[in-house]
Amino acid sequence: MSEIHSDLSATSGGDLALTAPITPRRSTAPHNRLAPHGAATVLPSVLGCRNLLKSYQKGSLEIPVLQGIDLDVRQGEFLAIVGQSGSGKSTLLHLLGTLDRPDAGEVYFNGRRIDNLSASVHDELRNRGFGMIFQAYHLLPELTTLANVLAPALVAESTLGYWRRRREYRQRARDLLDLVGLGHRLKHKPRELSGGEMQRAAIARALLMQPRVLLADEPTGNLDRSTGESIMRTLVELNRRDGLTIVMVTHDPWIAQQADRTVQLVEGRIAAP
Amino acid sequence: MYKLLLCWRYLRTRYIALVCIVSVMLGVATMVVVNAVMAGFCNEMKIRLNGMLGDLVVESNSLDGAPDAESAMQLIRQVTGDDVVGMSPTVTVPALMYIDVRGQSLTRQILLVGIDDATYAETGSFGDYLQHPANREQLSFELRDGDYDVYDHQAAGDPDAKPRDAMREAGWVHRRMVAAAKAAQRTAIERMNRARASLATAPGADPAAGSDSPASIIAANPSGIAVSNPFEAMDPEEAQGRDFDPAIDVHTGMVVGLGVCSFRDAAGYDRYYAVPGDDVKVAFTKASMPPEILSDNYTIVDLYESKMQEYDSNMVFVPLRKLQESRGMIDPTTGIARFGAIHMKVAPGVDAEALRDRLQEVFPIEQFSVSTWRDKQGPLLAAVQMETAVLNVLLFMIVAVAGFGILAIFFMIVVEKTRDIGILKSLGASASGVMGIFLTYGLSLGTVGAGVGVVIGLTFTHYINEIADGLSWLTGQPVFDPSVYYFYKIPTIINPLTIVCIALGAIAIAVAASVLPALRAARLHPVRALRYE
Repeated sequence: MSEIHSDLSATSGGDLALTAPITPRRSTAPHNRLAPHGAATVLPSVLGCRNLLKSYQKGSLEIPVLQGIDLDVRQGEFLAIVGQSGSGKSTLLHLLGTLDRPDAGEVYFNGRRIDNLSASVHDELRNRGFGMIFQAYHLLPELTTLANVLAPALVAESTLGYWRRRREYRQRARDLLDLVGLGHRLKHKPRELSGGEMQRAAIARALLMQPRVLLADEPTGNLDRSTGESIMRTLVELNRRDGLTIVMVTHDPWIAQQADRTVQLVEGRIAAP
Repeated sequence: MYKLLLCWRYLRTRYIALVCIVSVMLGVATMVVVNAVMAGFCNEMKIRLNGMLGDLVVESNSLDGAPDAESAMQLIRQVTGDDVVGMSPTVTVPALMYIDVRGQSLTRQILLVGIDDATYAETGSFGDYLQHPANREQLSFELRDGDYDVYDHQAAGDPDAKPRDAMREAGWVHRRMVAAAKAAQRTAIERMNRARASLATAPGADPAAGSDSPASIIAANPSGIAVSNPFEAMDPEEAQGRDFDPAIDVHTGMVVGLGVCSFRDAAGYDRYYAVPGDDVKVAFTKASMPPEILSDNYTIVDLYESKMQEYDSNMVFVPLRKLQESRGMIDPTTGIARFGAIHMKVAPGVDAEALRDRLQEVFPIEQFSVSTWRDKQGPLLAAVQMETAVLNVLLFMIVAVAGFGILAIFFMIVVEKTRDIGILKSLGASASGVMGIFLTYGLSLGTVGAGVGVVIGLTFTHYINEIADGLSWLTGQPVFDPSVYYFYKIPTIINPLTIVCIALGAIAIAVAASVLPALRAARLHPVRALRYE
């Protein structure tokens, strides 16, 4: 586990401010973190899979969802996975994000195979390696916006550990909420926010632990076109300016256009480009 | 960290959780109160049992007793050394007591106990239960002039203690009044008889007047009395023939249980058949073969109230020597008296059970039985202990029911929070972490419920008498009736260990009840949980 984690920090470039580990020094200068990212052309694959198979059991019937997926996501890339409903794109994202285990095949993160690791390593990967946003936002209704953004830190730290570093975390959460334009709604509960605001809060939460990759499952699916565009602008900006690697699943070709690269899924297979 | 935060949020926003807290709280509070009251009752009972029975007793198996108390006591002293600090021989015999109530003889079945007034009070707290302050200092079988307690001295100034008006004049004052009243009655009857006799001899008397009451006869024929004053003529003659004048003389003294000669009415007042100063007749068997019934006169010199119904309504104490003489237990040639039992007081800290076994070795078991007060009242004590245990089991069921409530409500919360659990897992929360949320939640509910329950229970126990009074006032019926229990206050003892056990038990049940829902939450599949609608 710690190996994976040390790999994570080792590959975090100094210029990738959002993925740098938290230090008091950095947290006091939030605006520097949004340094523009150079146009890197050749970057290693940060996330990938080989011959991924997954099927669901429905009664006695086995329904194949993914039928051998090979995929590589390069560092700093904005990849869109498109496909019709039921094509398996969300399942692929869940497998990449260790929310589920494949029936066969391998998932690689930072050049290491991760699909066969223990549950506790998966937990830590979801906490620090990936940030996830969902179509239904998935904020915790009991917590304020600020507390929701802080949730990954609460999960990661022990009570005492969190208490010691609470100032850093709070500062970082505020900075992230400022970044997504929610700096004025820290104390509001999710039900008091609009859909777009909830998705922005979810993005801020996904970025709190400086993940290598942001996994977005239909992030604009529940939003009207203009709000969706605004969310997309934020994601594109995060990718272009901060070099954040994003894997986005969508059924909307117009949304997918804004990504660097698009992969089409048809019936559990990647369609030829 | 998120466990505590989410617990706190769930605790604050899930009002249904309050139901769990309330049910745990009620169970714990009830257990605290019941244990305190049961311990109080048990303690009160033990004190009184021990007070009446003494610590240790060597009893002869024969109703006729065994010879020579002195040598038996010497043997005890040899065996026990300094472990026994007080000893007193007694003789016990079942008897019938006849109390004269308004000219009618009221019969009571009693246990007549002959005691040594000098030493008996040392072996228990018998002395403390007497109704005359001087007798509490040193028991005497002499009738006192008066000053018997009108208010129960054991009630310690309780406002509920009702005055015992009959005791105001108890003692010599009462005795003289009764004697005077009886004398006057006798005189009146004498007069009536004389008047009747003179009427019968008077010529031309109205025959109907013979059936009239003496008063009307006297009123109707004032001249007949005025001529021959029968009272004056009879007095010296009667005085010569009388060898016992109740106004001056007394029989042997006797201390009677309050319940033998009184009863408590519905209003809580004690009504007396006899008070100190009254004479009673007692019939019992002599210690001889074939048995012979003997009847004897005694004068009540004091009453005792141990507040143990069994003793107060059964036992009557008389001087040992007198009973031994009446029953023929003294050998006329040697002067050696037989004894029924020897009561002992054991030095503090000495194991009475060990002492009992040592004594039983020297007193042959065929003739004597040696027992502690616990042995003698074993079944009663065991019954009370059993009662406490059963009550605790039943009441713990209430807490267990509360536990099932927690189980059901937690399952509901887990279902309701399925998506949140999925979210937490997508953020990297481990299965054990998610489980921890619900276990901590159960722990908090249990702790808060038990804590509040203990506070409520202790408060209730502290004000239990006021609450009982309030309930009596509300319902119009006495909740705690002193005429049933002989206590004016509900006795309570708070045992810290019991309270800690109750609280820990309740917390353990709350945590145990949350294990299943917590496991279910921990095992939720993150993807399925996230998609849960």
